[in-house]
Amino acid sequence: MVDKRCTEDEAVAELADGMTIGIGGWASRRKPMSVVRAILRSPLKDLTVVSYGGPDVGLLAAAGKLRKLVYGFVSLDTIALEPHFRAARQAGSIPQLVELDEGMLQWGLYAAALRLPFLPTRAGLGSDVMRINPHLRTVTSPYEDREELVAMPALALDAAFVHLNRADARGNAQFLGPDLYFDDLFLGAADTRRFVSCERIVATGDLLAEGSFHTLRVNRSMVDGVIEAPGGAHFTSCEPDYGRDEGFQRSYAEAAGDPDEWAGFRARYLEGSEAEYHRAVRSGGPA
Amino acid sequence: MTALADICVVAVAEAFRGDGEIFASGMGTIPMLGARLARATFEPDLLVSDGEAFFVDGNLPIGSTEKVVEGWIPFRSVFDTLWGGRRHVVMGASQLDRHGNQNIANIGSWERPRAQLLGVRGAPGNTANHATSYWVPSHTTRVFVEQVDMVSGIGYERAAGAGPWIAAHHDIRRVVTNKAVLDFESPERVARLRSVHPGVAVGQVVELTGFELIVPDDVATTRRPTADELAALEVLDPQGLRHREVKE
Repeated sequence: MVDKRCTEDEAVAELADGMTIGIGGWASRRKPMSVVRAILRSPLKDLTVVSYGGPDVGLLAAAGKLRKLVYGFVSLDTIALEPHFRAARQAGSIPQLVELDEGMLQWGLYAAALRLPFLPTRAGLGSDVMRINPHLRTVTSPYEDREELVAMPALALDAAFVHLNRADARGNAQFLGPDLYFDDLFLGAADTRRFVSCERIVATGDLLAEGSFHTLRVNRSMVDGVIEAPGGAHFTSCEPDYGRDEGFQRSYAEAAGDPDEWAGFRARYLEGSEAEYHRAVRSGGPA
Repeated sequence: MTALADICVVAVAEAFRGDGEIFASGMGTIPMLGARLARATFEPDLLVSDGEAFFVDGNLPIGSTEKVVEGWIPFRSVFDTLWGGRRHVVMGASQLDRHGNQNIANIGSWERPRAQLLGVRGAPGNTANHATSYWVPSHTTRVFVEQVDMVSGIGYERAAGAGPWIAAHHDIRRVVTNKAVLDFESPERVARLRSVHPGVAVGQVVELTGFELIVPDDVATTRRPTADELAALEVLDPQGLRHREVKE
């Protein structure tokens, strides 16, 4: 019986410069932030990130880790526009961008998970998504309708990270909140380096005491590593364990608007270990 | 004196008239209230969500968590529902042109935007698949432009060019602003002034619109809420959050 437990730093040590990394969650909801913080501490660079973007994208963009971003939006939900992403776009500092309809992004992940080269969709047709992504091709239905559809290419990942509520040491994982988002598809779109961080690791026999069988949407064949990360989604939401830390998110967004304040924020929260991060959050930052 | 926000909510609700048993989805307070008001009054079969992941029954006030859940609608089901066509969404628009092309992505060139906004989000798929309306809280020539910078939601001209299926299912129902209601019920399927809100002159709307608006000979006045609708709004938005989304 394989014990897949590992730390954020061990997971990040399996990544290499230039890799394509999928990050689960949605905007400022259930993001694997402890892993993002570990990537920020690492020397990794030139990453391609695929995400329903939130502060994961903002932080990686601000740290200059991104060579390419595949996204449908980047938002903090209660703060509509992600300030670091906004600044990076306006400065032109992310070399390559693939902006897609939200549904196209799902389709690309699903195609990769099903090992198909593409999946057809109408989303994107007629819009400027086709203009800004000249690599996108259309396909003609072989049936009587002869309809022309977008052939959304598979978005294959070199690594995937999602944060769920519970997991066992073998990688069976559970979401207890209102929405799985597309976390299973992110895990499916990668062949290896598929990591689940979770609020708490429990014994396999205790999973159904945490939530009904409907919550068991990630099984161990989909997972290579399990990271126990209590508070790992902070400051994004992780219902029902905790909501979004709106006060912290506001201070993050405010700091992002000013280089000096951002340097202070980084020094206070992002240069130490994950444990130091949580201590700083609890104390409002060391003096 | 009727509050402007109430007139706008009713105008959004009117956009859902006749929709039947579909997902009435609204982005923002006034769109969400419009859907809930329509359901509470003349369109009782609509499904409305809590803005998170649940369909809610009854008259759930904006911001309340005491919901009666009638269904589960996580994002994946939203995508399935919208591709299946059983949805009408009211989105925002940072820019809108006379064909109904909408931009929420960025201002300036996409390659190097002057202002990065949300990104295209679900607008391309929404507009290709089901009815879409827009809520614009500030009617200005900055929003209503000759040409949008990044086509997120597609308008009639582009829908016509995207094949017969999309042309048949594409439907920009209404544009509700703080001044007026527009639609595309003109022979060329370009923006037409449907009604002006009470106290707003037609000329004022024309001036605040940066493209040539079709103005019929007789422009109606947007209707005021009925007593029943005002009573429903008191239940649906007891804190008056709608008044914060639009300036008198």
